Amino acid sequence: MILSLSGKEVAAQLEQQFPGSIIASSENNFLVKSESLLDIAEYLKSSPELDLDYLNHITAVDYYDYFEVVYQLTSIKHNHSLVLKTRCYGRDNPLVPSVVSLWQGADFQEREIYDLMGISFDGHPNLKRIFLWEGFQGYPLRKDYL
Amino acid sequence: MAIKTEPFVINIGPVHPSTHGVFRMRATLDGEVIVDLEPVFGYLHRGIEKLAEERTYTGVIPLTDRLDYIASMSNNLAYVLAVEKLAGIAVPERAEYLRVIMAELQRIAAYLVAIGAFLNECGAFFTPFLYMFREREKIIDLFEMVSGQRLLYNYMRVGGVSQDIPEEFLPALGEFLKQMPRFIDEYDRLLKQNEILLARAKGIGILTKEKAVNCSVSGPVLRASGVKWDIRKADPYSIYDRFEFEIPTGEVGDCYDRYRVRIEEMRQSLRIIEQAMEQIPSGAVKSEVPHLIRPPVGEAYAHIEAPKGELGFYLVSDNSIAPYRCHIRAPSLMNLTALREMVIGWKIQDAIIIFGSIDITVGEVDR
Repeated sequence: MILSLSGKEVAAQLEQQFPGSIIASSENNFLVKSESLLDIAEYLKSSPELDLDYLNHITAVDYYDYFEVVYQLTSIKHNHSLVLKTRCYGRDNPLVPSVVSLWQGADFQEREIYDLMGISFDGHPNLKRIFLWEGFQGYPLRKDYL
Repeated sequence: MAIKTEPFVINIGPVHPSTHGVFRMRATLDGEVIVDLEPVFGYLHRGIEKLAEERTYTGVIPLTDRLDYIASMSNNLAYVLAVEKLAGIAVPERAEYLRVIMAELQRIAAYLVAIGAFLNECGAFFTPFLYMFREREKIIDLFEMVSGQRLLYNYMRVGGVSQDIPEEFLPALGEFLKQMPRFIDEYDRLLKQNEILLARAKGIGILTKEKAVNCSVSGPVLRASGVKWDIRKADPYSIYDRFEFEIPTGEVGDCYDRYRVRIEEMRQSLRIIEQAMEQIPSGAVKSEVPHLIRPPVGEAYAHIEAPKGELGFYLVSDNSIAPYRCHIRAPSLMNLTALREMVIGWKIQDAIIIFGSIDITVGEVDR
Protein backbone atom coordinates (compact mmCIF):
# COMPACT_ATOMS: atom_id res chain seq x y z
CA MET A 1 0.00 0.00 0.00
CA ILE A 2 1.17 3.51 -0.76
CA LEU A 3 1.51 5.26 2.57
CA SER A 4 -0.32 8.60 2.60
CA LEU A 5 1.93 10.93 4.53
CA SER A 6 0.13 12.98 7.12
CA GLY A 7 -0.20 16.59 5.95
CA LYS A 8 0.07 17.72 9.56
CA GLU A 9 3.40 16.03 10.19
CA VAL A 10 5.01 17.20 6.97
CA ALA A 11 3.66 20.69 7.53
CA ALA A 12 5.17 20.79 11.02
CA GLN A 13 8.50 19.73 9.59
CA LEU A 14 8.29 22.35 6.84
CA GLU A 15 7.25 25.11 9.22
CA GLN A 16 10.80 25.10 10.63
CA GLN A 17 12.36 25.35 7.19
CA PHE A 18 9.94 27.87 5.73
CA PRO A 19 8.34 29.80 8.58
CA GLY A 20 4.99 31.38 7.80
CA SER A 21 4.48 29.69 4.45
CA ILE A 22 1.95 27.08 5.53
CA ILE A 23 -1.65 28.25 5.80
CA ALA A 24 -3.40 25.10 6.95
CA SER A 25 -2.83 21.38 7.23
CA SER A 26 -4.99 18.32 7.73
CA GLU A 27 -4.42 14.58 7.81
CA ASN A 28 -4.70 14.26 4.03
CA ASN A 29 -3.10 17.39 2.67
CA PHE A 30 -1.64 20.77 3.47
CA LEU A 31 -2.06 24.21 2.02
CA VAL A 32 0.82 26.57 1.30
CA LYS A 33 1.12 30.18 0.18
CA SER A 34 1.59 30.38 -3.55
CA GLU A 35 4.71 32.58 -3.19
CA SER A 36 6.58 29.84 -1.35
CA LEU A 37 5.19 26.94 -3.45
CA LEU A 38 8.29 26.53 -5.57
CA ASP A 39 10.70 26.50 -2.61
CA ILE A 40 8.57 23.97 -0.76
CA ALA A 41 8.15 21.81 -3.85
CA GLU A 42 11.89 21.81 -4.36
CA TYR A 43 12.42 20.76 -0.77
CA LEU A 44 9.84 17.96 -1.04
CA LYS A 45 11.54 16.65 -4.14
CA SER A 46 15.15 16.88 -2.99
CA SER A 47 14.82 15.96 0.69
CA PRO A 48 16.19 12.41 1.03
CA GLU A 49 13.57 11.18 3.50
CA LEU A 50 10.65 12.54 1.48
CA ASP A 51 12.09 12.09 -2.03
CA LEU A 52 8.82 12.90 -3.81
CA ASP A 53 10.18 12.43 -7.31
CA TYR A 54 6.98 11.48 -9.13
CA LEU A 55 4.22 13.95 -9.84
CA ASN A 56 0.98 11.99 -10.22
CA HIS A 57 -1.14 14.87 -11.34
CA ILE A 58 -1.93 18.53 -10.98
CA THR A 59 -5.44 19.84 -11.09
CA ALA A 60 -7.35 22.97 -10.20
CA VAL A 61 -10.76 23.46 -8.60
CA ASP A 62 -12.84 26.62 -8.82
CA TYR A 63 -14.40 27.61 -5.48
CA TYR A 64 -15.71 31.01 -6.71
CA ASP A 65 -13.72 32.98 -4.12
CA TYR A 66 -10.45 31.37 -5.04
CA PHE A 67 -8.91 28.66 -7.19
CA GLU A 68 -7.28 25.73 -5.51
CA VAL A 69 -4.40 24.00 -7.28
CA VAL A 70 -3.79 20.43 -6.11
CA TYR A 71 -0.52 18.53 -6.52
CA GLN A 72 -0.42 14.80 -5.89
CA LEU A 73 3.14 13.62 -5.31
CA THR A 74 4.57 10.14 -4.88
CA SER A 75 7.94 8.76 -3.94
CA ILE A 76 8.71 5.68 -5.98
CA LYS A 77 11.60 4.74 -3.71
CA HIS A 78 9.79 5.04 -0.37
CA ASN A 79 6.30 4.25 -1.70
CA HIS A 80 4.55 7.13 0.00
CA SER A 81 2.47 9.99 -1.29
CA LEU A 82 1.53 13.50 -0.31
CA VAL A 83 -1.05 16.05 -1.43
CA LEU A 84 0.05 19.65 -1.63
CA LYS A 85 -2.36 22.51 -2.25
CA THR A 86 -2.12 26.16 -2.97
CA ARG A 87 -4.65 28.89 -3.66
CA CYS A 88 -4.79 31.87 -5.94
CA TYR A 89 -7.24 34.72 -5.81
CA GLY A 90 -8.86 36.97 -8.35
CA ARG A 91 -10.60 35.95 -11.56
CA ASP A 92 -8.79 38.21 -13.99
CA ASN A 93 -5.30 36.90 -13.80
CA PRO A 94 -4.76 34.26 -11.12
CA LEU A 95 -1.11 33.32 -10.94
CA VAL A 96 0.74 30.33 -9.50
CA PRO A 97 4.44 29.50 -9.93
CA SER A 98 5.15 26.74 -12.41
CA VAL A 99 6.79 23.51 -11.25
CA VAL A 100 7.94 22.39 -14.71
CA SER A 101 11.54 23.08 -13.72
CA LEU A 102 11.19 20.37 -11.03
CA TRP A 103 8.83 17.87 -12.63
CA GLN A 104 8.66 17.94 -16.39
CA GLY A 105 5.42 15.97 -16.17
CA ALA A 106 3.74 19.21 -15.14
CA ASP A 107 4.21 20.68 -18.61
CA PHE A 108 1.01 19.59 -20.36
CA GLN A 109 -1.05 19.62 -17.19
CA GLU A 110 -0.27 23.24 -16.40
CA ARG A 111 -1.12 24.12 -19.97
CA GLU A 112 -4.38 22.24 -19.55
CA ILE A 113 -5.25 24.17 -16.39
CA TYR A 114 -4.34 27.43 -18.12
CA ASP A 115 -6.51 26.48 -21.08
CA LEU A 116 -9.60 25.31 -19.22
CA MET A 117 -9.42 27.09 -15.86
CA GLY A 118 -7.56 30.26 -16.79
CA ILE A 119 -4.79 30.08 -14.19
CA SER A 120 -1.40 31.34 -15.38
CA PHE A 121 1.75 29.54 -14.38
CA ASP A 122 4.69 31.82 -13.79
CA GLY A 123 7.84 30.41 -15.35
CA HIS A 124 6.20 27.87 -17.66
CA PRO A 125 8.30 27.58 -20.82
CA ASN A 126 5.42 27.33 -23.30
CA LEU A 127 2.20 28.52 -21.70
CA LYS A 128 -0.50 28.49 -24.37
CA ARG A 129 -3.83 26.83 -24.96
CA ILE A 130 -3.58 23.05 -25.34
CA PHE A 131 -7.02 21.64 -26.23
CA LEU A 132 -8.92 24.71 -27.37
CA TRP A 133 -7.78 26.92 -30.17
CA GLU A 134 -5.93 30.22 -29.95
CA GLY A 135 -8.45 33.02 -29.67
CA PHE A 136 -11.08 30.99 -27.78
CA GLN A 137 -12.96 33.23 -25.37
CA GLY A 138 -13.35 32.19 -21.75
CA TYR A 139 -12.27 29.24 -19.61
CA PRO A 140 -14.83 26.40 -19.74
CA LEU A 141 -14.03 24.61 -16.48
CA ARG A 142 -14.73 27.71 -14.40
CA LYS A 143 -17.98 27.53 -12.52
CA ASP A 144 -19.26 30.81 -13.97
CA TYR A 145 -18.73 29.75 -17.58
CA LEU A 146 -22.13 29.44 -19.31
CA MET B 1 32.84 21.62 -47.27
CA ALA B 2 29.70 20.74 -45.34
CA ILE B 3 26.40 20.98 -47.19
CA LYS B 4 24.29 23.87 -46.00
CA THR B 5 20.87 22.72 -44.81
CA GLU B 6 17.76 24.49 -43.72
CA PRO B 7 15.19 23.36 -41.17
CA PHE B 8 11.98 22.15 -42.73
CA VAL B 9 8.62 21.87 -40.96
CA ILE B 10 6.45 18.87 -41.71
CA ASN B 11 3.00 18.24 -40.40
CA ILE B 12 2.11 14.66 -39.38
CA GLY B 13 -1.61 14.23 -38.86
CA PRO B 14 -4.19 15.04 -37.54
CA VAL B 15 -5.62 12.43 -39.89
CA HIS B 16 -2.85 9.96 -40.49
CA PRO B 17 -2.85 6.18 -40.03
CA SER B 18 0.09 6.27 -37.63
CA THR B 19 -1.47 8.74 -35.21
CA HIS B 20 -4.07 6.31 -33.79
CA GLY B 21 -6.89 8.79 -34.06
CA VAL B 22 -6.80 12.52 -34.59
CA PHE B 23 -3.48 13.65 -33.22
CA ARG B 24 -1.03 16.02 -34.85
CA MET B 25 2.72 16.34 -34.61
CA ARG B 26 4.57 19.35 -35.96
CA ALA B 27 8.03 18.08 -36.73
CA THR B 28 10.97 20.26 -37.69
CA LEU B 29 13.44 18.35 -39.80
CA ASP B 30 16.99 18.83 -40.85
CA GLY B 31 17.21 16.56 -43.85
CA GLU B 32 15.63 13.38 -42.51
CA VAL B 33 16.54 14.00 -38.89
CA ILE B 34 14.07 15.46 -36.43
CA VAL B 35 15.39 18.52 -34.61
CA ASP B 36 12.17 19.57 -32.91
CA LEU B 37 8.69 18.18 -32.46
CA GLU B 38 5.58 19.69 -31.00
CA PRO B 39 2.53 17.56 -30.29
CA VAL B 40 -0.73 19.37 -31.02
CA PHE B 41 -3.80 18.21 -29.10
CA GLY B 42 -7.44 18.97 -28.95
CA TYR B 43 -9.00 17.44 -32.06
CA LEU B 44 -11.08 15.10 -29.93
CA HIS B 45 -11.70 17.38 -26.97
CA ARG B 46 -15.28 16.88 -25.79
CA GLY B 47 -15.03 18.48 -22.37
CA ILE B 48 -15.76 15.30 -20.44
CA GLU B 49 -14.59 16.86 -17.17
CA LYS B 50 -17.12 19.66 -17.59
CA LEU B 51 -19.89 17.30 -18.71
CA ALA B 52 -19.32 15.21 -15.58
CA GLU B 53 -20.22 18.19 -13.39
CA GLU B 54 -23.71 18.18 -14.87
CA ARG B 55 -24.44 14.49 -14.37
CA THR B 56 -25.23 12.29 -11.41
CA TYR B 57 -22.45 10.10 -10.07
CA THR B 58 -23.88 7.08 -11.89
CA GLY B 59 -24.47 9.11 -15.04
CA VAL B 60 -20.76 9.77 -15.43
CA ILE B 61 -19.94 6.07 -15.94
CA PRO B 62 -20.93 6.05 -19.66
CA LEU B 63 -18.75 9.12 -20.18
CA THR B 64 -15.73 7.28 -18.81
CA ASP B 65 -16.23 4.62 -21.48
CA ARG B 66 -15.40 7.26 -24.03
CA LEU B 67 -12.02 8.18 -22.58
CA ASP B 68 -9.74 5.35 -23.57
CA TYR B 69 -12.29 3.70 -25.80
CA ILE B 70 -10.25 0.57 -26.40
CA ALA B 71 -10.07 -0.09 -22.65
CA SER B 72 -13.50 0.95 -21.38
CA MET B 73 -13.61 -1.56 -18.53
CA SER B 74 -10.50 -0.06 -16.94
CA ASN B 75 -11.97 3.44 -17.14
CA ASN B 76 -15.19 2.25 -15.49
CA LEU B 77 -13.17 0.64 -12.73
CA ALA B 78 -11.06 3.72 -11.96
CA TYR B 79 -14.12 5.93 -11.77
CA VAL B 80 -16.26 3.69 -9.58
CA LEU B 81 -13.32 3.17 -7.22
CA ALA B 82 -13.06 6.93 -6.81
CA VAL B 83 -16.78 7.31 -6.07
CA GLU B 84 -16.66 4.40 -3.62
CA LYS B 85 -13.71 5.98 -1.85
CA LEU B 86 -15.49 9.33 -1.71
CA ALA B 87 -18.80 7.94 -0.44
CA GLY B 88 -17.43 5.03 1.58
CA ILE B 89 -19.34 2.31 -0.25
CA ALA B 90 -18.40 -1.35 0.18
CA VAL B 91 -18.36 -3.82 -2.70
CA PRO B 92 -19.44 -7.50 -2.50
CA GLU B 93 -16.70 -10.10 -2.89
CA ARG B 94 -18.05 -11.56 -6.11
CA ALA B 95 -18.17 -8.14 -7.73
CA GLU B 96 -14.53 -7.53 -6.80
CA TYR B 97 -13.52 -10.74 -8.54
CA LEU B 98 -15.60 -9.91 -11.60
CA ARG B 99 -13.97 -6.49 -11.75
CA VAL B 100 -10.50 -7.97 -11.63
CA ILE B 101 -11.34 -10.52 -14.32
CA MET B 102 -12.76 -7.82 -16.60
CA ALA B 103 -9.90 -5.39 -15.98
CA GLU B 104 -7.30 -8.03 -16.78
CA LEU B 105 -9.12 -9.23 -19.90
CA GLN B 106 -9.30 -5.60 -20.94
CA ARG B 107 -5.58 -5.23 -20.40
CA ILE B 108 -4.87 -8.15 -22.72
CA ALA B 109 -7.26 -6.76 -25.34
CA ALA B 110 -5.68 -3.30 -25.17
CA TYR B 111 -2.14 -4.69 -25.40
CA LEU B 112 -3.12 -6.75 -28.41
CA VAL B 113 -4.18 -3.56 -30.16
CA ALA B 114 -1.03 -1.77 -28.99
CA ILE B 115 1.31 -4.53 -30.17
CA GLY B 116 -0.58 -5.02 -33.44
CA ALA B 117 -0.49 -1.32 -34.28
CA PHE B 118 3.15 -1.08 -33.23
CA LEU B 119 4.17 -3.93 -35.53
CA ASN B 120 2.15 -2.34 -38.29
CA GLU B 121 4.25 0.77 -37.94
CA CYS B 122 7.43 -1.29 -37.89
CA GLY B 123 6.60 -2.50 -41.38
CA ALA B 124 4.98 -5.87 -40.65
CA PHE B 125 2.00 -4.63 -42.51
CA PHE B 126 -1.35 -5.88 -41.15
CA THR B 127 -0.46 -9.57 -40.79
CA PRO B 128 0.35 -9.45 -37.06
CA PHE B 129 -2.41 -6.89 -36.60
CA LEU B 130 -4.93 -9.36 -37.97
CA TYR B 131 -3.67 -12.14 -35.68
CA MET B 132 -3.93 -9.85 -32.68
CA PHE B 133 -7.45 -8.87 -33.60
CA ARG B 134 -8.40 -12.53 -33.94
CA GLU B 135 -7.65 -13.01 -30.24
CA ARG B 136 -9.05 -9.66 -29.21
CA GLU B 137 -12.32 -10.71 -30.80
CA LYS B 138 -12.60 -13.57 -28.29
CA ILE B 139 -12.27 -11.14 -25.41
CA ILE B 140 -14.84 -8.83 -26.98
CA ASP B 141 -17.21 -11.81 -27.24
CA LEU B 142 -16.76 -12.41 -23.52
CA PHE B 143 -17.52 -8.77 -22.79
CA GLU B 144 -20.56 -8.92 -25.01
CA MET B 145 -21.81 -11.85 -22.92
CA VAL B 146 -21.65 -9.85 -19.71
CA SER B 147 -22.61 -6.38 -20.87
CA GLY B 148 -24.26 -6.67 -24.27
CA GLN B 149 -21.74 -4.25 -25.72
CA ARG B 150 -18.66 -4.71 -27.82
CA LEU B 151 -16.78 -1.46 -27.31
CA LEU B 152 -18.30 0.83 -24.68
CA TYR B 153 -19.30 -1.61 -21.98
CA ASN B 154 -20.70 0.59 -19.21
CA TYR B 155 -20.52 -2.52 -17.04
CA MET B 156 -19.35 -1.42 -13.63
CA ARG B 157 -21.51 0.40 -11.13
CA VAL B 158 -20.85 2.19 -7.91
CA GLY B 159 -20.99 -0.63 -5.36
CA GLY B 160 -20.46 -3.51 -7.76
CA VAL B 161 -21.17 -4.39 -11.37
CA SER B 162 -24.38 -3.91 -13.34
CA GLN B 163 -25.32 -7.58 -13.60
CA ASP B 164 -24.01 -11.04 -12.81
CA ILE B 165 -22.23 -13.05 -15.48
CA PRO B 166 -24.32 -15.55 -17.47
CA GLU B 167 -23.65 -19.21 -16.78
CA GLU B 168 -21.85 -19.75 -20.09
CA PHE B 169 -19.28 -17.08 -19.23
CA LEU B 170 -16.92 -19.03 -16.97
CA PRO B 171 -16.65 -22.05 -19.31
CA ALA B 172 -15.95 -19.68 -22.22
CA LEU B 173 -13.36 -17.87 -20.15
CA GLY B 174 -11.75 -21.20 -19.24
CA GLU B 175 -11.53 -22.08 -22.92
CA PHE B 176 -9.94 -18.70 -23.66
CA LEU B 177 -7.40 -19.19 -20.87
CA LYS B 178 -6.46 -22.53 -22.36
CA GLN B 179 -5.89 -21.14 -25.85
CA MET B 180 -4.33 -17.77 -25.16
CA PRO B 181 -0.87 -18.79 -23.82
CA ARG B 182 -0.32 -20.77 -27.00
CA PHE B 183 -1.12 -17.69 -29.09
CA ILE B 184 1.19 -15.49 -27.08
CA ASP B 185 3.97 -18.04 -27.58
CA GLU B 186 3.19 -18.04 -31.26
CA TYR B 187 3.54 -14.25 -31.57
CA ASP B 188 6.68 -14.43 -29.55
CA ARG B 189 8.22 -17.14 -31.69
CA LEU B 190 7.38 -15.23 -34.84
CA LEU B 191 8.56 -11.86 -33.68
CA LYS B 192 11.10 -12.11 -30.87
CA GLN B 193 14.01 -12.77 -33.19
CA ASN B 194 12.48 -11.10 -36.22
CA GLU B 195 15.20 -9.31 -38.14
CA ILE B 196 13.02 -6.38 -39.16
CA LEU B 197 11.59 -5.83 -35.70
CA LEU B 198 15.04 -5.95 -34.10
CA ALA B 199 16.54 -3.59 -36.65
CA ARG B 200 13.75 -1.08 -36.33
CA ALA B 201 12.99 -1.21 -32.60
CA LYS B 202 16.17 -2.17 -30.75
CA GLY B 203 18.04 0.83 -29.39
CA ILE B 204 15.51 3.26 -30.87
CA GLY B 205 13.88 5.99 -28.83
CA ILE B 206 15.55 5.30 -25.51
CA LEU B 207 13.82 6.77 -22.49
CA THR B 208 16.03 6.76 -19.40
CA LYS B 209 14.77 5.87 -15.96
CA GLU B 210 15.28 9.36 -14.54
CA LYS B 211 13.61 11.06 -17.49
CA ALA B 212 10.63 8.72 -17.34
CA VAL B 213 10.02 9.41 -13.66
CA ASN B 214 10.54 13.15 -14.08
CA CYS B 215 8.06 13.26 -16.98
CA SER B 216 5.35 11.44 -14.93
CA VAL B 217 5.36 8.61 -17.45
CA SER B 218 3.49 5.52 -16.25
CA GLY B 219 2.43 2.04 -17.26
CA PRO B 220 4.38 -0.21 -19.62
CA VAL B 221 6.44 2.76 -20.89
CA LEU B 222 7.74 3.45 -17.37
CA ARG B 223 8.37 -0.23 -16.67
CA ALA B 224 10.23 -0.66 -19.96
CA SER B 225 12.62 2.02 -18.72
CA GLY B 226 13.48 -0.23 -15.79
CA VAL B 227 11.29 1.24 -13.03
CA LYS B 228 9.52 -1.52 -11.15
CA TRP B 229 6.34 0.44 -10.55
CA ASP B 230 2.93 -1.10 -10.96
CA ILE B 231 0.01 0.31 -8.99
CA ARG B 232 -1.48 -3.16 -8.67
CA LYS B 233 1.56 -3.99 -6.48
CA ALA B 234 2.54 -0.58 -5.12
CA ASP B 235 -0.96 0.42 -4.03
CA PRO B 236 -3.17 -2.67 -4.38
CA TYR B 237 -6.71 -1.51 -5.08
CA SER B 238 -9.73 -3.82 -5.21
CA ILE B 239 -8.39 -7.28 -4.31
CA TYR B 240 -5.09 -7.30 -6.19
CA ASP B 241 -3.19 -8.15 -3.02
CA ARG B 242 -4.65 -11.68 -3.19
CA PHE B 243 -3.01 -12.64 -6.46
CA GLU B 244 0.47 -13.72 -7.37
CA PHE B 245 2.07 -12.09 -10.37
CA GLU B 246 5.34 -10.56 -11.48
CA ILE B 247 6.09 -7.08 -12.76
CA PRO B 248 8.08 -7.41 -15.97
CA THR B 249 10.54 -4.60 -16.59
CA GLY B 250 12.78 -3.59 -19.45
CA GLU B 251 16.48 -2.86 -19.32
CA VAL B 252 17.27 0.04 -21.61
CA GLY B 253 13.89 1.62 -22.28
CA ASP B 254 13.90 1.40 -26.07
CA CYS B 255 10.95 0.58 -28.34
CA TYR B 256 11.78 -3.11 -28.22
CA ASP B 257 11.63 -3.16 -24.41
CA ARG B 258 8.23 -1.49 -24.46
CA TYR B 259 7.04 -4.18 -26.83
CA ARG B 260 8.52 -6.97 -24.69
CA VAL B 261 7.01 -5.63 -21.47
CA ARG B 262 3.55 -5.71 -23.03
CA ILE B 263 3.99 -9.32 -24.18
CA GLU B 264 5.15 -10.41 -20.72
CA GLU B 265 2.37 -8.53 -18.99
CA MET B 266 -0.24 -10.37 -21.02
CA ARG B 267 1.12 -13.62 -19.54
CA GLN B 268 0.90 -12.17 -16.04
CA SER B 269 -2.67 -11.01 -16.66
CA LEU B 270 -3.61 -14.54 -17.65
CA ARG B 271 -2.14 -15.75 -14.37
CA ILE B 272 -4.28 -13.28 -12.45
CA ILE B 273 -7.44 -14.29 -14.30
CA GLU B 274 -6.72 -17.96 -13.64
CA GLN B 275 -6.38 -17.34 -9.90
CA ALA B 276 -9.47 -15.15 -9.82
CA MET B 277 -11.47 -17.82 -11.63
CA GLU B 278 -10.49 -20.43 -9.06
CA GLN B 279 -11.32 -18.22 -6.08
CA ILE B 280 -14.48 -16.49 -7.27
CA PRO B 281 -17.23 -16.88 -4.65
CA SER B 282 -20.97 -16.84 -5.31
CA GLY B 283 -23.24 -14.15 -3.94
CA ALA B 284 -24.44 -10.66 -4.71
CA VAL B 285 -22.73 -8.56 -7.36
CA LYS B 286 -23.94 -5.15 -6.23
CA SER B 287 -24.40 -3.62 -2.83
CA GLU B 288 -27.40 -1.52 -1.91
CA VAL B 289 -26.63 1.92 -3.24
CA PRO B 290 -29.22 4.71 -3.58
CA HIS B 291 -30.04 5.87 -7.08
CA LEU B 292 -28.82 9.34 -6.32
CA ILE B 293 -25.56 9.15 -4.46
CA ARG B 294 -24.74 12.12 -2.24
CA PRO B 295 -21.19 11.67 -0.95
CA PRO B 296 -20.17 13.80 2.04
CA VAL B 297 -18.26 17.01 1.36
CA GLY B 298 -14.70 16.11 0.56
CA GLU B 299 -12.38 14.85 -2.10
CA ALA B 300 -10.90 11.56 -3.19
CA TYR B 301 -8.26 10.40 -5.61
CA ALA B 302 -8.34 6.79 -6.79
CA HIS B 303 -5.94 5.39 -9.33
CA ILE B 304 -5.55 2.07 -11.11
CA GLU B 305 -3.01 0.48 -13.38
CA ALA B 306 -4.85 0.84 -16.69
CA PRO B 307 -3.38 -0.58 -19.91
CA LYS B 308 -1.89 2.83 -20.76
CA GLY B 309 -0.59 3.59 -17.28
CA GLU B 310 -1.82 5.25 -14.14
CA LEU B 311 -5.45 6.23 -14.68
CA GLY B 312 -6.77 8.31 -11.82
CA PHE B 313 -9.94 10.16 -10.96
CA TYR B 314 -9.86 13.12 -8.60
CA LEU B 315 -13.39 13.85 -7.39
CA VAL B 316 -14.58 16.73 -5.25
CA SER B 317 -18.00 16.48 -3.65
CA ASP B 318 -20.17 19.29 -2.28
CA ASN B 319 -22.80 16.84 -0.99
CA SER B 320 -24.96 17.23 -4.09
CA ILE B 321 -25.94 14.50 -6.56
CA ALA B 322 -23.30 15.52 -9.12
CA PRO B 323 -19.52 15.79 -8.71
CA TYR B 324 -18.38 19.34 -7.99
CA ARG B 325 -15.20 18.61 -9.89
CA CYS B 326 -14.07 15.50 -11.74
CA HIS B 327 -10.49 15.55 -12.89
CA ILE B 328 -9.11 12.68 -14.94
CA ARG B 329 -5.44 11.83 -14.71
CA ALA B 330 -5.00 10.52 -18.22
CA PRO B 331 -1.96 8.31 -18.73
CA SER B 332 -1.93 8.83 -22.50
CA LEU B 333 -1.46 12.59 -22.13
CA MET B 334 1.26 12.28 -19.52
CA ASN B 335 3.15 9.64 -21.45
CA LEU B 336 3.42 12.06 -24.37
CA THR B 337 5.38 14.52 -22.22
CA ALA B 338 8.53 12.59 -22.98
CA LEU B 339 7.80 12.20 -26.71
CA ARG B 340 9.66 15.31 -27.87
CA GLU B 341 12.92 14.32 -26.24
CA MET B 342 12.55 10.71 -27.29
CA VAL B 343 12.32 11.52 -31.01
CA ILE B 344 14.86 14.33 -31.32
CA GLY B 345 17.86 13.10 -33.27
CA TRP B 346 16.00 10.21 -34.86
CA LYS B 347 14.76 9.97 -38.39
CA ILE B 348 11.17 10.57 -39.27
CA GLN B 349 10.37 6.89 -39.78
CA ASP B 350 11.74 6.18 -36.30
CA ALA B 351 9.51 8.88 -34.84
CA ILE B 352 6.47 6.96 -36.05
CA ILE B 353 7.70 3.83 -34.29
CA ILE B 354 8.59 5.67 -31.09
CA PHE B 355 5.18 7.26 -31.05
CA GLY B 356 3.56 3.88 -31.70
CA SER B 357 5.51 2.24 -28.88
CA ILE B 358 4.12 4.74 -26.37
CA ASP B 359 0.61 3.65 -27.36
CA ILE B 360 -1.92 6.38 -26.80
CA THR B 361 -5.64 6.69 -27.30
CA VAL B 362 -6.63 10.15 -28.41
CA GLY B 363 -9.96 9.96 -26.58
CA GLU B 364 -7.99 9.93 -23.37
CA VAL B 365 -5.42 12.53 -24.39
CA ASP B 366 -8.01 15.15 -25.27
CA ARG B 367 -10.89 14.00 -23.05
